[in-house]
Amino acid sequence: MPSDSAASLPFAAQRAMRIKPLVILAVLALAAVVLFLTLGVPAGAWEFALSFRTGKLVGLILVAFAIATSTQLFHAATRNQILTPAIMGFDALYLMIQTSLVFGMGAMATLDIDPLVKFTAEVLVMMGFSTALFLWLFTARSRDLHLLVLVGIIFGTLFRSLSNFISRMIDPNEFVVVQGAMFARFNTVNIDLLWISIGLTTLTLPVLWHMRHQFDVLALGRETAIGLGLRYRRVMFAAFGMIGLLVSVSTALVGPVTFFGLLVVHLAYRILPGARFAPTLLASSLIAIITLVGGQAVYEHVLGLQGTLSVVIDALGGITFLYLLLKGVRR
Amino acid sequence: MIEISHVSHQIAGASILSDVSLTIPRGGITALIGPNGAGKSTLLSLIARLTPLQGGQITVDGADVTMTPTDALARRLSILRQDNSVAARLTVADLVGFGRYPHHKGRPTAEDRVHVEQALEMMGLHPLSGRFLDELSGGQRQRAFVAMVLAQDTDYVLLDEPLNNLDMKHARQMMERLKEAAQASGKSFVIVVHDINFAAAYADLIVALKDGRLHSLGTPEEIVNRPCLRDVFELDIAVETVGGHPFALHQIAPEPLVDT
Repeated sequence: MPSDSAASLPFAAQRAMRIKPLVILAVLALAAVVLFLTLGVPAGAWEFALSFRTGKLVGLILVAFAIATSTQLFHAATRNQILTPAIMGFDALYLMIQTSLVFGMGAMATLDIDPLVKFTAEVLVMMGFSTALFLWLFTARSRDLHLLVLVGIIFGTLFRSLSNFISRMIDPNEFVVVQGAMFARFNTVNIDLLWISIGLTTLTLPVLWHMRHQFDVLALGRETAIGLGLRYRRVMFAAFGMIGLLVSVSTALVGPVTFFGLLVVHLAYRILPGARFAPTLLASSLIAIITLVGGQAVYEHVLGLQGTLSVVIDALGGITFLYLLLKGVRR
Repeated sequence: MIEISHVSHQIAGASILSDVSLTIPRGGITALIGPNGAGKSTLLSLIARLTPLQGGQITVDGADVTMTPTDALARRLSILRQDNSVAARLTVADLVGFGRYPHHKGRPTAEDRVHVEQALEMMGLHPLSGRFLDELSGGQRQRAFVAMVLAQDTDYVLLDEPLNNLDMKHARQMMERLKEAAQASGKSFVIVVHDINFAAAYADLIVALKDGRLHSLGTPEEIVNRPCLRDVFELDIAVETVGGHPFALHQIAPEPLVDT
């Protein structure tokens, strides 16, 4: 029998191996933040630029964290690494809410709603959708997660078709209001909603920290997790609740981003192969911040807003998705 | 001991188990045998509370499996399922380490590491401990999953076809190790085996299920004989005695019996 210290050696070595990439990512993220705040500020406009950019920066960081976390939670809960919450129809639901509002009330009235009220309603509808799907799945006889995913795809198609249908009936002038919501807009983070978004996102942090080991066990699958004594339903409920909340926050702040989560989470899986939930989450959030904040800094201040960052990110994410599919990654 | 009383189970209207009552004693190896679809795996899932109990009662050392907190039960009883797959990318050592989760809840101690080392040793996995699961052969992966269950270090260990994918050498080794563990530490193993001769050679008690009912229960000599096997499997199987163990020659049709 090997001695105790010999037994613990590989664990210590593993830990040391993981700290280095995390430090590098943290430095890069910090660089992206500094770049975003300071790039191309005209002389004498520092005070205005900093206060203006800080709000936007916080919004982008919130979105980065929310997307990385919700994708990783979704992967752990559904035991797959290809699908993201977007495939459950979240972005489509968001679009449907937007188009229905414009259709029902007219563009002017929609723009008049207190953004805080509108946001709260959106978060509630989106969380309700996530929890309802989850509850339906677990009160139904079958506990098949593939069923959940299929239902998500069907709902997504339904919502997308409905909003297409509604937008065909909208006055073309009013449709412009909807169109703005159809693509992610990192340039115009909704500053009015920052405080409530910060509050909601902060709520998830202690839960994530407290349950980080449970999410590791959850990723082993239902039977193995129960065999190891995990309170499976409770952990799934927490996971899906947080997914609903985080996707709502990010979608309401900047709009739908389909492949961003997949991209950053898979980069994290590559950088820390076999790592646990918590370090992987740290890595994927940092990568998301580097991509989003760094990319936005370059777009706004180097390329002068030529183009849309979300299109580039979705293109890269889409290529990653195809690559994973073709490579037949573990489902 | 595990007491199963009047357990019935249906899936989509089809009866899988009907009114099964039996007691699995503490210590030793109990083998569950029976044809495909006899309800062996379902019975193990019910004991391990992986499937909600529909009717009847199951207790492990007096604790009702539906009432006992799931994490407390995980320190008393572990289960290996028939089909094991893990989506996450894990090394063998990490997987086996998860077997200690019920004891450390995420913060492994030196004692947990000793148990992991022992389980790796027991399944001959030391040279593979740093490998990722998707880099292993089917048999190596099977041994890794068994090692995880053994690392859980519970009094009761339920193994659904632990010999799946194993070659002759590793199959025999595994049964020998289980037997040693049962004798040395008084653990109870309940295993589903398809090769009846492993049951005959290593089990202390054999439980035969057929069509969701308890067919018979007894020592290897009482179960592994021509009339009983014919009844359970609806197959005529010659049985010889080798080294004191009954040995079923199930691969070929036997000479018909003259006296029946």
